[in-house]
Amino acid sequence: MLTTQIKNKEEIISKLSGSTFIIKCIGCKEVLFPETEIDKFISENIEKNKITGRLKIDYLCNQDFSQAYINNHKVEIEKAETILVFSCGVGVQVMASLLENKKVITGCDTIYINGFQGLTVQNYNCAQCGNCYLNYTAGICPITACSKGLLNGSCGGAKNGKCEVNKDFDCGWEKIYNRLLKLNKKPKEEILIRDYSNL
Amino acid sequence: MKLSELFEQKKFVVTSEIGPPKGFHLEKILHEAEMLKGRVSAINVTDNQSSVMRFGSLATCHFLKDKNIEPVYQVVCRDRNRIALQSDILSAAAFGIENLLLLTGDHTKLGDHPQAKSVFDLDSVSLIHTVKKLEEGVDIAGNKLDGEPPRFCIGAVVSPCSEPLEPQLIKMEKKVKAGAQFFQTQAVYEVDKFVKFIEKAKQFGVPIMAGIVILKTVGMAKYMNENVAGIHVPDSLIEELKKDKEKTKSGQTGIEIAARLIKELKPHCEGIHLMPLGWDDKVSKILDMAGL
Ligand code: SF4
Ligand code: SF4
Repeated sequence: MLTTQIKNKEEIISKLSGSTFIIKCIGCKEVLFPETEIDKFISENIEKNKITGRLKIDYLCNQDFSQAYINNHKVEIEKAETILVFSCGVGVQVMASLLENKKVITGCDTIYINGFQGLTVQNYNCAQCGNCYLNYTAGICPITACSKGLLNGSCGGAKNGKCEVNKDFDCGWEKIYNRLLKLNKKPKEEILIRDYSNL
Repeated sequence: MKLSELFEQKKFVVTSEIGPPKGFHLEKILHEAEMLKGRVSAINVTDNQSSVMRFGSLATCHFLKDKNIEPVYQVVCRDRNRIALQSDILSAAAFGIENLLLLTGDHTKLGDHPQAKSVFDLDSVSLIHTVKKLEEGVDIAGNKLDGEPPRFCIGAVVSPCSEPLEPQLIKMEKKVKAGAQFFQTQAVYEVDKFVKFIEKAKQFGVPIMAGIVILKTVGMAKYMNENVAGIHVPDSLIEELKKDKEKTKSGQTGIEIAARLIKELKPHCEGIHLMPLGWDDKVSKILDMAGL
């Protein structure tokens, strides 16, 4: 079983800019999803006229479903500067990959609970680290996409875009840098230190 | 003595490097280090280099100190969590070790214990930040240290000939902001690329020591081109190694190339860091030829 909990208010607010499109994933019945808190957060912290649209999705982790939803909401998504996603880490990563030119941010931390088997497992992985870093890494998980789980940038070991550990594995940090460059952003300057206390 | 003091005096700083043995007999490397005494300002001691288990870097540094040789204590984040790293760095302070080189480290899968757990609780940037905290008299969790806090000169690494270069510069900037006071670079074989890197890295205002690895064989050059990040040995150097087999075998070609690189790099940097990888006996000759 898997639990998502809403991120602290300040972190989410600091990431919001311009108008926002909001996505909630209510896919997994097995997932504890803090929907009441999320709705409360939205109504208390985001002005209605700054919301270009909302979407409640099943199985955001399924790329094909998600693409179809995006197609149906093209206009509202286009209008938004920020896409705020409430889901587990996989869902956020799928959205970030489908909307590469948008700032996709997560409103949740994903916490590990024994026994969760994974549902529609695809190209993206979430290790349920309990302190989601996707807001700093352009929606690519540094814990699972980097062999060392580094938070502050590449280790310098990648050769031709491939990780030093395995030549079949793309360097996660090169992907993060490339996407940040696409979004015209520099990686976060603050120093991130892994917090294992939420595990 | 801290390397930062030498940089402040505008000295051109030369360092070399030794790798502890697999075992606990240090006679050979201590002898090698002693031969370099007076020729280099300090000697780096690698920390389980390439993820191969060896004698400890901290203890080796301690032995160097005993011989009045200035060590640069290399610390990687692969094998220890933040508690052990801080504890070892405090131990280093008690041994009088003043220079650190803080790195992320290679993955365990590349070494001789591929089954081992890779720790990476911290990385190079957060480790630099941690040492700064210790210098402020608190640990990384904010708990107060007893007594006078330690003082170090903090070094870090950068790979100046990497492609793309941008990620290297971004991370270098992060290291400088975290507290890095000097940089030693990955091996350089392309002076033009290094100069371009320096033009961009100048803005950070920290001394940079160009890395030199002696080319031993054609095979080594090709292997690095295939496998080592941020290193490209140009064809012209590979040809030079091929030309006179005997000369290359004796090490003379590698010495000449290294000395030439140093001469060409010197106007663009604040120092040279030699990584002889076992060819410590060639270091003096290289420095002679390079006029250092
Ligand atoms: S950073 Fe990665 S592992 Fe952690 S919650 Fe986010 S997606 Fe999951
Ligand atoms: S090469 Fe890239 S993915 Fe591999 S450990 Fe280094 S930063 Fe992470």
